[in-house]
Amino acid sequence: MKKHQRRTLSPEAVIYACLIYLFLYLPIFVVVAFSFNTSKMNIVFEGFTFEWYWKMFENRSLMDALKNTLIVAAASTGLSVVIGTIAAVGMYKFHFRMKNVVNNALYIPVVIPEIVLGISLLAFFSLVGVQMGMGTLIISHVTFSLPFVVITLRSRLAGYDKSMEEAAMDLGANQWRTFRRVTLPILAPGIMSGAMLALTMSLDDVIVSFFTTGPNSTTLPIKIFGMVRKGVSPDVNALSTLMILATVLILITSNIIERRMEKRNG
Amino acid sequence: MKTSLKQRLPALVMVGPIVIWLALFIVIPLIYVFAISFMNRGLYSGVVMEFTLDNYIQLLDLEYLNIFWKSILLAVETSVICLLLGYPFAMIMARADKRMKPAMMLLIMLPFWTNSLIRTYGWNTLLRSEGIINNLLLRLGLIQKPLELLYTDGAVLLGMVYTLFPFMVLPLYSSIEKLDPSLMEAAGDLGARRVRSFLRVMLPLTAPGIFAGTIQVFIPTLGYFFISDMMGGGKTMYIGNLIKNQFLSARNWPLGAALSILLILLTLLLMKLYSRVGKMEDMV
Repeated sequence: MKKHQRRTLSPEAVIYACLIYLFLYLPIFVVVAFSFNTSKMNIVFEGFTFEWYWKMFENRSLMDALKNTLIVAAASTGLSVVIGTIAAVGMYKFHFRMKNVVNNALYIPVVIPEIVLGISLLAFFSLVGVQMGMGTLIISHVTFSLPFVVITLRSRLAGYDKSMEEAAMDLGANQWRTFRRVTLPILAPGIMSGAMLALTMSLDDVIVSFFTTGPNSTTLPIKIFGMVRKGVSPDVNALSTLMILATVLILITSNIIERRMEKRNG
Repeated sequence: MKTSLKQRLPALVMVGPIVIWLALFIVIPLIYVFAISFMNRGLYSGVVMEFTLDNYIQLLDLEYLNIFWKSILLAVETSVICLLLGYPFAMIMARADKRMKPAMMLLIMLPFWTNSLIRTYGWNTLLRSEGIINNLLLRLGLIQKPLELLYTDGAVLLGMVYTLFPFMVLPLYSSIEKLDPSLMEAAGDLGARRVRSFLRVMLPLTAPGIFAGTIQVFIPTLGYFFISDMMGGGKTMYIGNLIKNQFLSARNWPLGAALSILLILLTLLLMKLYSRVGKMEDMV
């Protein structure tokens, strides 16, 4: 059959794709390369060193920013996965009057510009008199990642066979046991990819955090933003390199898990 | 038919938390911003509860109209460049060997998921007047004086295209991928030349992807203030910087709120147009 023939790309196509990839990876390559540079200035590569990877641990404010970033990422991922999973299953199982309203509200943070989400949360927090800090950061990160967790899970649930649950119930399992032993394992890949999505979104966020952070909860991106004008020292490159590495690892892991799960499910 | 509370309880427990969350942190804040946009600014910060249309009337100032015009222009330029660069790339990806596809996809996703500020900082390093590109050109003797690459409108455009490119490629790819290649072959068999079959068959059939990608590039461009700050040095003011300044430094919240409402209206308008050609689910 023609459709399944092995197609090869023309040399022009390969060159074009490579140029696009070069464009996408050039700044990342620069950040990583200069984290190994002996010179303090990010201009010429003078020699290879690991020095900055040790030095960054002595930079207190940088380490604080890293700590805040990780706490916010972990807490917001956990919260959005729990609330999101329960909600996705609930919305799949039950029919209720306001379902469409909830559905539409879910898409608001997906489509409105991030800056609008940021300023509306800032205005709201100051209206109710909440101090800006880790709490407000975590809440705002949950707010933008929650819809993505629910939407990811919902696409999993679309192909989900209800009869498995019914069978478990017929065999005498109660609702909680059915949920834990049948529903949850089936949903596991969806929950995994939802969690990975929430985690990377939190680590990547600049705009919303900008408005909802306090003086003592500076995250890494905001810290770097403040430093760029004055010129950044290579220990920031070293930390950025580790952040990039973390993202790569998260993505590759979730990719592998997803493919394994797909194979198992046929 | 009436359902008892006991029957409704599981639904309430499962869906309740998300309903409360969405109401508290999305719906109420947005309504509040809408309300602020009709209020007066406070003496030092915050708002005074008096109804006024001043904030919207103020937006008609020549100074602000100029900022809107520049922002829309930047968003249009960014979208067009992303589309022109992204369409061929998405076609290549859709045509690539089955075993190559996951790798090609992963390679697009990786920068997409890496912190955008770190990547913008990478461009900053490359483009500064004492940066890598200028240094290289000086050493090669191609230029005598460093070129002004950073802190220009061009640098802002580059930063936007760079950051938003994947938002264009992903929807384009998924709509091209769905396309049945036999349709293009049929057009060819029926005597259509390649340009014609592209314009008459492929382009209309991938319109949902083009629209979805364009919206997903266009809207963020208006709000990504950190790119225009880091790449443009704040020389040219865009709507995102304007909103940020009203809330964080100028402390004129009502004006910032009116600007945000304007952004939301623009977004809704684009969504409405999009809903005629594609499905909401494809936007995510």
